[in-house]
Amino acid sequence: MSRCSKMVDVGRRQFLRGSALAAAGAAATTFHSPAKAAPGKARLDYPSNRLASLSDLKVNEPLDVAYPDEDAPGVLLKLGKKVEGGVGPDGDIVGFSTVCPHKGFLMTYLPGDRTLNCPGHFSRFDCEAGGQQIWGHATQNLPQYVLRIDAAGGIYAEGLDELLHGRLSNVL
Amino acid sequence: MAYKRQIDRLPIIPADAKKQNVTCHYCIVGCGYHAYTWPVNKQGGTDANANAFGEDLSKQQPAETDAWYAPSMYNVVKQDGKDVHLVIKPDKACVVNSGLGSIRGARMAENRSSEVTGTQQQRLTDPLVWRYGTWQPTGWDDALDLVAQVTARVVTDGSEDDLFVSMFDHGGSAGGYENTWGTGKLYFESMKVKHCRIHNRPAYNSEVHSTRDMGVGELNYCYEDFELTDAIFLVGGNPMETQTNLFLNHWVPGLRGDSLDKMKQQLPGEPHEAAKIVIVDPRRTVTVNACEQFAGKDNVLHLSIKTGTDLALLNTLFTYIADQGWVDADFIAQSTYQGAEAAQAEDAAHPAALTGFEAARAACRLGLAEGAQICGLAEADIVKAAEWIARPKDGGARRRTVYPYEKGIIWGNDNYRSIGAMVNIALATGNIGRPGGGVVRLGGHQEGYMRPSDAHVGRPAPYIDDLLIKGGGKVHHIWANDHYKTTLNATEFKRVYNKRTNMVKEAMDGAAGGSREDLVNAIVDALDKGGIFSVNVDIIHSQIGQAAHVILPAVESGEMTLTSMNGERRLRMTERYMDPPGSAKPDCLIAAGLAQHMERVLRAMGKADYADRFKGYDWEDEEAAFMDGYHANTGRIVTYDRLRAMGNDGVQEPVVDFQDGKLVGTTRLYADGKFGTDDGLARFCAGAWRGWQAAGKKEQQAKYDFLINNGRSNINWQNQFLDQENDFVRDRYPFPFIEMHPDDMADLGVKAGDLVEIHNDVGATQAMAYPTPTAKRKETFMLFGAPAGQQGNIINNGVNELILPDYKHAWANIRKIADAPAAVRHLSFKSKEYGAA
Repeated sequence: MSRCSKMVDVGRRQFLRGSALAAAGAAATTFHSPAKAAPGKARLDYPSNRLASLSDLKVNEPLDVAYPDEDAPGVLLKLGKKVEGGVGPDGDIVGFSTVCPHKGFLMTYLPGDRTLNCPGHFSRFDCEAGGQQIWGHATQNLPQYVLRIDAAGGIYAEGLDELLHGRLSNVL
Repeated sequence: MAYKRQIDRLPIIPADAKKQNVTCHYCIVGCGYHAYTWPVNKQGGTDANANAFGEDLSKQQPAETDAWYAPSMYNVVKQDGKDVHLVIKPDKACVVNSGLGSIRGARMAENRSSEVTGTQQQRLTDPLVWRYGTWQPTGWDDALDLVAQVTARVVTDGSEDDLFVSMFDHGGSAGGYENTWGTGKLYFESMKVKHCRIHNRPAYNSEVHSTRDMGVGELNYCYEDFELTDAIFLVGGNPMETQTNLFLNHWVPGLRGDSLDKMKQQLPGEPHEAAKIVIVDPRRTVTVNACEQFAGKDNVLHLSIKTGTDLALLNTLFTYIADQGWVDADFIAQSTYQGAEAAQAEDAAHPAALTGFEAARAACRLGLAEGAQICGLAEADIVKAAEWIARPKDGGARRRTVYPYEKGIIWGNDNYRSIGAMVNIALATGNIGRPGGGVVRLGGHQEGYMRPSDAHVGRPAPYIDDLLIKGGGKVHHIWANDHYKTTLNATEFKRVYNKRTNMVKEAMDGAAGGSREDLVNAIVDALDKGGIFSVNVDIIHSQIGQAAHVILPAVESGEMTLTSMNGERRLRMTERYMDPPGSAKPDCLIAAGLAQHMERVLRAMGKADYADRFKGYDWEDEEAAFMDGYHANTGRIVTYDRLRAMGNDGVQEPVVDFQDGKLVGTTRLYADGKFGTDDGLARFCAGAWRGWQAAGKKEQQAKYDFLINNGRSNINWQNQFLDQENDFVRDRYPFPFIEMHPDDMADLGVKAGDLVEIHNDVGATQAMAYPTPTAKRKETFMLFGAPAGQQGNIINNGVNELILPDYKHAWANIRKIADAPAAVRHLSFKSKEYGAA
């Protein structure tokens, strides 16, 4: 992947440490001494990352971002029309992973029809339809960011709705 | 919003997980996969030594990694009665797919039946019998006894001709050598049932009679030939969608020039360059688009013929190539028929004479101008195609060309002669049995055919669906066929079949509370009045199953060990990696159970001789059926243990030996120049162009505005028997699409996603309009075999001389019936073509 140079894995280490503690606690469990380790969480905690501000976005011009870490390239888009899942004053801002969920190739944005396109095997995803695969080989639609806009116009990603290609946990 | 699974992580496959060989059970290509299973209370870790991949999974994995799987590749299933994690992921080491997974196969795990995750709860778990006005679950002996009682009465009161059988003949899925043998032994050995048909057509016949009659089996090459060839001449196929990883893993390297080193190494002494491709299809497909992207537009020639004129084009090319002298004279002299008289005259069983080269050339002669006019092409494009596929290379070397074809001509106009014409060109240019050659079906399902002789069926074979409409048959055994979704003339078929089966349901309702004898008598009485007793063996409660009186639950590949071969005759074994749902059984064992009940019932009826014919089914498991069928009839070389050891690469049939612990197969058929005829000489097909061949096509074309071309999409497997309950698939296409030109939609006042009714003189159906600017005006393309709109409803009953249906040719009018329903309002209706914007 072209934008995978940095490895930010603090969150992952935190996660593993938590697991190790839970395991140690379980191993120490006896009939007379119930476990006191904190229960593991059923879902990942996603980081809340500021990706851009409203003023950075221009209609139909993709802004390269990464989420939830630098090894997970993505894109922020201001589509210029309100879409389902869109945020911001016009309900038109969306964010997607740009890694193809089929085989992990980096996709490119076609402004002409507002799609993300994979050069590997030609899968196509519609940025105006929640990342629905228009045609392709992936067995899932494109992971989309859960976005929040703060009072100052900062755009934050705070979650994903599908598993990213190349990792078995969205937060490493 | 598009469907999302909201899965943020998956259990990691532990290093000690059980790893089982799997061949994808969907399309003909048969990609290699592995099924990993491990106890539900265990999991692997991110450390390299704690997972099955030996990789540090705390890091992002690169593109094409082997160490990742999608949520669709995961499930929780039962194995030996216990819940286990299941991951089914593509096998990177398999020569077929090199780790690629299609949008179909990569959902195998998600399409397993799971009580834990709730997937595929539509699967049948117990036999069902029509009782008390509905279907009631029961045990195997009760259900099979009723089937045997009624069947035995009918075939002894009348004859075996009163038993109609619809039975799959494919590999993969719930087919395979085990199950075709079990059903074949029952109906072709214990009985001699002639009123039978195959899963996708209304008769028991070959889809490709002519190539076989010419001595050329239809799967004669190996997939690597696409990497060794100078050109590909594709007719009526769309492999990017329907044989996806054959296309991506073998065509693309040839088209892109990635395999040039391999060509130079294997085929020295002749010039090589990246392959060119000619695509014959009235419709612009995503395959055309992908070829342009991979090979460059200058190396792709799409011959967008008038629909149904394939034969005219092929005969024009044959004429032109022969007239240029671009033929392999030595091959023709040594390997093809030389007699002055036709080897086989044209007759009721042979829709064209089979002859030598010159006689066929004379019979098929069609000049450039006339051919171009019939096909709606420019003469120059036909010449260009001939040059690309047949003109000798610099230095005089023979041009190597692969000739793949599929449903465009198999389910098209004049099947026998069109396929024969394709084979003519391949024979004339010496392109069979040699590297970079082959004239081949691309195929639909995998194959797995092993049955006693079907010679008693006759040729032409009986037109079963038409006979059923006309009141024929009293008992109907159906093995994984869904006529309601996939037959032709389906509007009429369903109307009559519902009526005839309802007569029996009413009789059964009237006998409620009586004895088994009372029930059988009531059923037989209804049969004598025109009813039909319908027994449905399937994995789900299908649409034709709604008419059934007894429903028997079968299993799929992976729930049993199953062997099949793919489009290059590659035989593999899928190991049983999970338990079947409920009491479902392999078809071979259901057939065995039915045979045993027939024997018992017939003996009780005092028909001891007849009963004796139902012996020989003491199979404990599917392996016993394999040994009785495949092993015993193919030289006794292949066993389960030997095949299992060959892994996902398997062995290419025919298997000729077992040496050094390995099965030895055959890379290409006819490599010695000897063909599948009595004298070993291939025949040419003397089949002249004759316009519309099947009854009613010409008249329907003149009467209605729109061509309703039809076929598959990559996302839906077959008639969607599993995909109709797959959330990801249903989200994309809740209704079958009909691709229409936007101007045609505007003329009809139809918007994207609107539901339209497609109606003509034989019936009506409905679909969702999908605007398609690349479509020709008045030429639509509708998804075939969909549960929510059966295209077969509007196909007339016209077939060829050998009862091959022409599904591709239906004309109808179109009208809007509803605005886009809620289920489609979120859908994308953008172009399916890469780089379209």
